[in-house]
Amino acid sequence: MSFCPPAHLFIFTGMEAIALATILQYLVYGLQLGSVYALLALGYTMVYGIVGMINTAHGDFLMIGALGTYFIAKLFDSMSIDGTYPMLAVGCIILIATVMTGGIAVGVEAIAYRPLRNKPRMIALITAVGVSMFLTNFPRALPFIGPNPRPFPTLFTPKTFNVLGASITSTQIIMIVLAAVTMLALDRLVAKTKIGAQMRAVSMDKDAASLMGINIDKVISITFFIGGALAAVSGICYASVYPQVEVYMGSWLGNMSFVSAVLGGIGDIRGAMLGGFILGIAQIFATAINSTFGYAVGFIILIVILLVKPAGIMGKVTIEKV
Amino acid sequence: MKKILRILCLALCVIMAVSVCACGPSEKKGSVETIKIGLAFPMSGMAAMAGKYSTHGADVLKEELGGKITVGDKEYPIEFVVMDTEGSEEKTANVYQKLIEEEKVIAIAGPDSSKCMLAAAPIAQNAKCPAITSFGTNTAVTEVGDYIFRACFIDPFQGAVAAAYCDGQGHKTACIMFNNADAYSVGLKDAFVENYNGEVLAIEEYSGSDVKDYNVQLTKLAAQNPDVLLLPNLNVELGLQIQQARTAGLNCQIVCGDSADTPDVAKVAGPAIEGVAYVSAFSAESTDEAAKKFVDAYVELHPDELPNSNAELTYEAVKMIVWAIQNAKTLDRAGVRDALAAIDGLDLPSGKMTMDPETRNPIKGGIIMQYDADGITRYVSTVNP
Repeated sequence: MSFCPPAHLFIFTGMEAIALATILQYLVYGLQLGSVYALLALGYTMVYGIVGMINTAHGDFLMIGALGTYFIAKLFDSMSIDGTYPMLAVGCIILIATVMTGGIAVGVEAIAYRPLRNKPRMIALITAVGVSMFLTNFPRALPFIGPNPRPFPTLFTPKTFNVLGASITSTQIIMIVLAAVTMLALDRLVAKTKIGAQMRAVSMDKDAASLMGINIDKVISITFFIGGALAAVSGICYASVYPQVEVYMGSWLGNMSFVSAVLGGIGDIRGAMLGGFILGIAQIFATAINSTFGYAVGFIILIVILLVKPAGIMGKVTIEKV
Repeated sequence: MKKILRILCLALCVIMAVSVCACGPSEKKGSVETIKIGLAFPMSGMAAMAGKYSTHGADVLKEELGGKITVGDKEYPIEFVVMDTEGSEEKTANVYQKLIEEEKVIAIAGPDSSKCMLAAAPIAQNAKCPAITSFGTNTAVTEVGDYIFRACFIDPFQGAVAAAYCDGQGHKTACIMFNNADAYSVGLKDAFVENYNGEVLAIEEYSGSDVKDYNVQLTKLAAQNPDVLLLPNLNVELGLQIQQARTAGLNCQIVCGDSADTPDVAKVAGPAIEGVAYVSAFSAESTDEAAKKFVDAYVELHPDELPNSNAELTYEAVKMIVWAIQNAKTLDRAGVRDALAAIDGLDLPSGKMTMDPETRNPIKGGIIMQYDADGITRYVSTVNP
């Protein structure tokens, strides 16, 4: 009888629960998008930190990774049951695609960027624009690829979980966890291994490092390989949640991840991670307010951070000694 | 350095001089001049799929003509000049300039998108060259001038067809998600809202084809629980939208505009495509004589695909031009224009067509198609609102 709590209390907690569920849902979407940006921003940041150039063609490595996975998965079609692949096949597909993209990245570096290493930075930037155009349009010109969007194969079977009213699929969990693990692994690599020490040395002073006996070409090639591989993983994650791959998918994501890298502090690995997640979450919540605002928020953040703290959130302002 | 610079400049001048000479007037074969028809379609870029189908549709007519056309008692060689608009407004305007000034075409068919047509139509109007858009459905297109025609229905008509279908199916409430950066999407949404007898619960929008994440907007719409979801958007966006809509919990009927008529939409959307209905100009399943002839000829040229609305409307646009050339009082652009405006009862794969001389829009019906579980479209009904 009077054991029932007052009705208005129920309604209040009900509404709160709905609001919490929606916010959690948006947070899930934000983390999903953020992990894509973060993985891609890592490549940007590493190349900038070690070589000193902004590789605007990086978004296209993502596209190559995603498209490559599409075609490699076709090779494994015989193993697929009902559209999904066994775990071993999935592992193989991802490995092949990642290594292939890393290899292409190394090739791009050797052909396009290495000859310009000692030239002014502006030239390398312009070359990057040209590389980006080539990487986008060459696959488009190939008849078996073409400009058509393609459906990405289902690598991870989605199972939906309901957490506090928000639904999160196993694909999203895998994505976010994969991104986090990769970033931690990279952090470890740079901090603790010999090659990591070499990379840090080259980023501090290229000439002094070469005087110390470090093979600059090898270090830079490895950097590009890792960047390309990360871009491929990012592409696979992105395409798993938005399963439409086409040759133009890299440009928008590349721009957004560049903003993330700048936001977090370009040259700093943790900064790239942070920037990526912040931008992803910001975009989702901004879209919830107004869709045009969501589209613009990336650029607004870029302008604001450059005005307020140009070194980025985790970046340190270095004074160049002339 | 100076010497190299001088040689380079000289080489540049020579190249420019040679190219100017090469751009001279086209050769006349004896006294019979080649009639040229321009085809302006997106062969690259985001809209390349539509462009591919469009040119394949024009191929059917090319095969039919066999390179020559009979006007009166004289036979002329006929040539189709295809140019890539890349789906962008500036490029389309350039293509129109080239086709009109350099190639001296007698008429232009294409492009297929409203926004590109709106950008290029003033050029055709000023040069007094007749231009027919195959699939530009926005009303403003033919309002540019009396030299601009279209082969398809207009957005208000399409919106009315979609609204009539929803009313007919008994859907009392609707939600809409549209692209606020595209004239086609906005026009279709407006037309639907105007003609729909039920209640529009909520309208969400997104800014352009770059955006691939619609989860936020669709989650909001799912909370409204409508009977039908209208997605009046472009084919590169629809696949992901349909998939994300189902994941967000929208299990109602989805209705799209004519752009859903591309197989890639079904491929990307996957199993979510089942039951999605859309407005179409043409059904490959039509039992009409002229339609079957067209479908058979198309499949013979391109065995791996079935013609869709893009292909069929391009075929119609070019066929209209050819008919107009054959029935023109004078064999020039003005004559072709008048003949186009006077088309009455022309037999086309989508039915008998009459051109309205006042608005330069064709008078024809619209049909509803629906995707089944295998991603194949099935004819549902013809709607004449």
